[in-house]
Amino acid sequence: MNKIYFDHNATTPVLDEVFDAMLPFLKEEWGNPSSIHWAGRVPKKAVEDAREQVAAFLGCSPVEIIFTSSGSESDNLGIKGVAYAKKNKGNHIITTKVEHPAVLKTCKYLEKEGFEVTYLNVDSAGMIDLGELKEAITDKTILITIMYANNETGVIFPVEEIGRIAKEHKITFHTDAVQAAGKLPIDTATLPVDLLTISGHKLYAPKGVGALFVRRGTRVVPIIHGGHHERNRRGGTENVAGIVGLGKACEMAAADMESERAHLEKMTTRLEEGIKEKVPHVYVNGGGSPRLVNTSNISFEFIEGESILLGLDMHQIAASSGSACTSGSLEPTHVLLAMGNTAELSHGSIRFSLGRINTMEEVELLLDVLPPIVERMRSMSPLYAGSNEPVVFKR
Amino acid sequence: MYSDKVMDHFNNPRNVGEIEEADGTGSVGNPDCGDIMKLTLSIEDDKIKDVKFKTFGCGAAIATSSMVTELVMGKGVDEAEDISNSTVAEALDGLPPVKMHCSNLAADALHAAIKDYKEKKS
Ligand SMILES: Cc1ncc(COP(=O)(O)O)c(C=O)c1O
Ligand code: FES
Repeated sequence: MNKIYFDHNATTPVLDEVFDAMLPFLKEEWGNPSSIHWAGRVPKKAVEDAREQVAAFLGCSPVEIIFTSSGSESDNLGIKGVAYAKKNKGNHIITTKVEHPAVLKTCKYLEKEGFEVTYLNVDSAGMIDLGELKEAITDKTILITIMYANNETGVIFPVEEIGRIAKEHKITFHTDAVQAAGKLPIDTATLPVDLLTISGHKLYAPKGVGALFVRRGTRVVPIIHGGHHERNRRGGTENVAGIVGLGKACEMAAADMESERAHLEKMTTRLEEGIKEKVPHVYVNGGGSPRLVNTSNISFEFIEGESILLGLDMHQIAASSGSACTSGSLEPTHVLLAMGNTAELSHGSIRFSLGRINTMEEVELLLDVLPPIVERMRSMSPLYAGSNEPVVFKR
Repeated sequence: MYSDKVMDHFNNPRNVGEIEEADGTGSVGNPDCGDIMKLTLSIEDDKIKDVKFKTFGCGAAIATSSMVTELVMGKGVDEAEDISNSTVAEALDGLPPVKMHCSNLAADALHAAIKDYKEKKS
């Protein structure tokens, strides 16, 4: 049985070209880029070449790129770095209820540090209301941090409009573009953002490397103190191989963007249409909003997500779920709850996130094996009609 | 992450369904994660003649539901009442720590069904 991977929003495989580009820096070119002697020269040039590749991908200048250890670190640096740099100007931050924990928990931390945070709502389609954003702005607002695209639903936020609003009020704007990068064209030359986060492992580069775009003139206070690395903005000897991988992955993402988007859109549309056609009682979460071409988050009524994932895993198909039973915290995903979903519907949510390694045949295979799995789980569910006395759930 | 026994009960759950005009019914919700189980008993002379379950929950919840039905089938009511969540978990060769609470669901549904039976009887 072939393994099928529909979990690209969790992580992506490293592309062969990316791996090949990295390899020398794990073997012969092991020097420290900060060294002035022979051993440092090639690694130093490799880091700066990668910086140019990332900058070209994002439409900015290489000096505006800071390499970090992850998307999470970039989010932390972007948010805390700006909050501390601007704390004399105000203490108010605006974000949304559906951000990745790397943003949400950073904001929660800053609340303990004396900052005030507004968490914007989303509607049932997972979309924010720009009116609510405008109303939330006060003369103390120093930072808006709103993601480009949601990792769970794929819903794309209107970052261009948000950026314009931020600019009007002279508020710094950071966006977490970890899921958008590579799936949507991003051009910071025209996009009014001040800071933007990307992560290597969502982009066919390895885990443990990320980057933060910081527009010239935007001050960030470092959160990792150390040597003079990254123009004094992030201490720590560079993860040379990882950075080289990220650079190569950005170059490839830009080159293949259009063909990949078309390929992904075709597969995701077929997947969604096929499920809606073959399985009753399903909801596409975020279905009413603009979404990433690779993400489809579907709630299967009356059943729980982990059991669906186990059923899919028997067919070697990988996906993920927002169910409380898979969360570790025993809470259903905050994203679907913020969209007003009941706990039960969030329970039965499955995220299929496709990527460049997937084929239409794999989608068709999923469409063959999924309906019987759902039917089997429903036949066991006390919530499913057909049960003579459906249990009413009290929380 | 699950034992072979858990996966066996998940893939081939025993005694799925609902007994009509059951002598005892237990419906419980899991306060931890929000899962639900309904267990129905058919009892003659204080002996469990038949048992069926329906569960809305994770793989561990389905496997523990299935296992508890297997454990009580044919047992006396008092003996069945002694079955605890750890009895069920052990019978499945253990559960991952984060999934121990799922076995409460099965034990609670069983105890609720027996209680229902005793109340109906008296
Ligand atoms: C939207 C978003 N932001 C941030 C992150 C964190 O990135 P990393 O795993 O590189 O820390 C992720 C990854 O899960 C993500 O999806
Ligand atoms: S029943 Fe929810 S975690 Fe097992």
